[in-house]
Amino acid sequence: MKPRRIKTALAATALFGLALTGMAIADPVDDKLVIDGVEIKTTAEAPAHLDGALPELISGWHFRDTETRAMQADDFDNPGMIFVDRGLDTWNAVDGTEGKSCASCHEGPESMAGLRPVIPRVDAETGKLMNIEAYVNNCRTTRMGAEAWNPKGGDMTDMMALISLQSRGELVNVAIDGPAAPFYELGKEIYYTRYGQLELSCANCHEDNNGNYIRSDHLSQGHTNGFPLYRLKDAGLVTAQGRFVGCVRDTRAETFAIGSDEFNALELYVASRGNGLAVEGVGVRH
Amino acid sequence: MADNVKPRVKVPKSAKAGEAIVLKTLISHPMESGQRKDKEGAVIPRSIINRFTCDFNGKNVIDATLEPAISTNPYIEFEAVVPEAGEFKFTWYDDDGSVYEESKSIEIA
Repeated sequence: MKPRRIKTALAATALFGLALTGMAIADPVDDKLVIDGVEIKTTAEAPAHLDGALPELISGWHFRDTETRAMQADDFDNPGMIFVDRGLDTWNAVDGTEGKSCASCHEGPESMAGLRPVIPRVDAETGKLMNIEAYVNNCRTTRMGAEAWNPKGGDMTDMMALISLQSRGELVNVAIDGPAAPFYELGKEIYYTRYGQLELSCANCHEDNNGNYIRSDHLSQGHTNGFPLYRLKDAGLVTAQGRFVGCVRDTRAETFAIGSDEFNALELYVASRGNGLAVEGVGVRH
Repeated sequence: MADNVKPRVKVPKSAKAGEAIVLKTLISHPMESGQRKDKEGAVIPRSIINRFTCDFNGKNVIDATLEPAISTNPYIEFEAVVPEAGEFKFTWYDDDGSVYEESKSIEIA
């Protein structure tokens, strides 16, 4: 695939020269994601609140190589699924002073179905914007009498993979009005603010240049529907906020902390841009 | 024992007698090569899966030596001919002496 793509690009450049600047040479691939006979919705109409910023929503899955896409289409070949198995062990393991496991209150992990598509959300009790990491740690500290997990540690990412998988195929639908509105506005402001010595905003890459290459990698639209996902480069699971750190760092900026108000708001805003795409459970990207 | 090691295997539920079937195995393991150094410059000791075997009804199917260059979470895929119904037994041997086992039975269709 790759050599051909380069050849095409060179030929095109020879023909049209600089007229091609800005034209996408790494367009998303037209393909369907089918896992165990069930089709996962990887393209969708852009939600109204985006106001035309994206013509159509396209999952990051379409921007990856044939081999990587095939890996995600098979639950054994998807290396992320082993972390789901590990998460299931943790789900049933008693921890903390109260002698409880996740299963003591929630029974099977199926009870988590429907949670991932609406996260992050403003919690009705606390009024705080909560993501899965926050809910899990809240349970651990207040109900189990256990220590909070590192939000990007293995125990947490395993658990997030398990919880996300329960909602695979359900469409992302985070609320952006009512109590979520101020977080949405803050997230949007961060999304369009240029950070770092390279002075790049999220939008510069993922809105203006998706479909183009950034060095050797395709830029996607930057949706979060596949997270937590298995990144081949890291040989492990990466969370949305973990990816935010990577992106902001790459602009040569000091990043916000994982779990900070800024990144929580950004997580909500970015999720809302993908309202309508299906949760992929555990995605695979390179 | 390395933390959180978890094996995973995929074996068809049934096969025709004499048919070659594809077996897929994966184990979560850091596969620390022994050539990296930590922040203080000290060598991080080697900790890898060094051997993988698969037996069918007590008869060896594959016996592989794994080397430090094999990456994290080693994935091994191979074929085996199934002469009769029985059980595949998979075994991974860790540098630290731990042994991880998994087994799957298969029927003749």
